[in-house]
Amino acid sequence: MLVIALDTSTPAVTAGLVALDDGLPRVLAERVTINPRAHGELLMPQLVDVLQEAGRGFTDVDAIVAGIGPGPFTGLRVGLATATALGQACDVPVHPVCGLDAIAAAAEVTGPLLVATDARRKETYWAAYDGATRVDGPHVAKPADVPTEGYPVAAGELAEAVGLPAVGPKYPTPAGLVAAATLDADPEPLVPMYLRRPDAQEPGERKSVLTR
Amino acid sequence: MSERIVLGIESSCDETGVGLVRLSDDGRVELLADAVASSVDEHARFGGVVPEIASRAHLTAMGPTMRRALEDSGLALSDVDAIAVTAGPGLAGALMVGVASAKAYATALNVPLFGVNHLGGHVAVDTLEHGPLPERCLALLVSGGHSQLLLVEGVGEKITEVGTTIDDAAGEAYDKVARILDLPYPGGPPIDQQAKLGDPKAIAFPRGLTGPRDARHDFSFSGLKTAVARWVETERREGREIPVPDVCASFQEAVADVLTMKAVRAAQDHDVDTLVISGGVAANSRLSGLARERCAAAGIELRVPRPRLCTDNGAMIAALGAHVLHSGAKPSPLDMPANPGLPVDTIVVQ
Ligand SMILES: [Zn+2]
Repeated sequence: MLVIALDTSTPAVTAGLVALDDGLPRVLAERVTINPRAHGELLMPQLVDVLQEAGRGFTDVDAIVAGIGPGPFTGLRVGLATATALGQACDVPVHPVCGLDAIAAAAEVTGPLLVATDARRKETYWAAYDGATRVDGPHVAKPADVPTEGYPVAAGELAEAVGLPAVGPKYPTPAGLVAAATLDADPEPLVPMYLRRPDAQEPGERKSVLTR
Repeated sequence: MSERIVLGIESSCDETGVGLVRLSDDGRVELLADAVASSVDEHARFGGVVPEIASRAHLTAMGPTMRRALEDSGLALSDVDAIAVTAGPGLAGALMVGVASAKAYATALNVPLFGVNHLGGHVAVDTLEHGPLPERCLALLVSGGHSQLLLVEGVGEKITEVGTTIDDAAGEAYDKVARILDLPYPGGPPIDQQAKLGDPKAIAFPRGLTGPRDARHDFSFSGLKTAVARWVETERREGREIPVPDVCASFQEAVADVLTMKAVRAAQDHDVDTLVISGGVAANSRLSGLARERCAAAGIELRVPRPRLCTDNGAMIAALGAHVLHSGAKPSPLDMPANPGLPVDTIVVQ
């Protein structure tokens, strides 16, 4: 089984092609660029490079796995729009994966693990795991407010910011995304995890335009 | 080569649009499907488009809108020969959803991708309704986001700005005046409706930038909006009831008067005999009525696409994409950015 893995929920623009033999993900090619402002420009060229390096085409692909966040909004949507369109054009299922789950899967820790990524505005997206199984979250909070008691290590870009020794990757990896996906079931809908409401204010009282 | 199918994707503001057109060898373009999903209701209580709400709605709507356009046309994605997408101008986060989607569709289908100009789309859409445009014509684009006069010398090839608003767009003025009068958002339809019951000469509202020394082809609607607010507030302070139909009719008269006067003047200044009016405000009854009168008097042919095609949609982007494809333009690169400030003379991003 051949799977495209995409994630744009963090400053990393991530595209990979992963083969699943006997349930074990094997990365055939991947491209990762750290650039929080260029998800829209970089993602598709990277995916084209990945397929070329692996010597495969879109017709060889059996499924797509996409990170649904949590992530800052604009970049996150690039990966999801791309995955939706690819799924439709290639007529293959698109499986959503929580990016924090992908990081936990790639960390390969047994026992308690926290995952913390950058939510901007001096906050972190975080979730708690037992091995690769999520037991709490995802939430958004100030790093100092993340309950770390009982957790010896953390993964993700803000692992140290929550006060724990860092293990595993900073960002979701193609292998982690595929490992965390439920590929043998019908895909869940691809719903982004924003965890924040849009900033929008209802207009207040009109100001007077008359000078007195 | 024979006929080619062009798919268009639009997401610059609050409408998610997917359109399909057929391009013939001779350059004629025919509408096959036009599916639109709007998030306008979600913005109503904010009195204007909220970019993050619009962007979220685009992501949710893109897949279903694509499916609906394909169903309506009886085509499959594999029938598509080229994809056009709005690269700008528009809201950054909103544009990005359409551009990312278009890149993925085009790459997976192995067809050329054209990142095109939204404003050019508003002009190109008229060819779906009234056939090919003459070699040179003038276009008046009026909506919540734009108020522009464009000189069109080949719809897929050369478009230059003749004039623009120096402050608010015409549609923005409608929304603000509607709010002053406690009418619903968007303001265009309720003001048009009220205006039909009122006297356009009841109140003399100012005509912006129409003095002898003012820019001949530019617009200003901010002063008009303030004048309406001042008039209404004064009346309310005096304890008088606001004659809403008269205010609407007088405001609408001022907008239509300036827009049509300047459009006809620009057409004459540039020696063209065809005027296209497009954009959401083109559906306004007084604007199209007055434009018809003044164009007839000046010997100018007036073309106004049907309202459904005037508002933002994917068909207009497909139409422009088809004209660009027919002109032999190079496709856009895969690392093309969404450009919120794309200049109007960039018809296709290279
Ligand atoms: Zn528009």
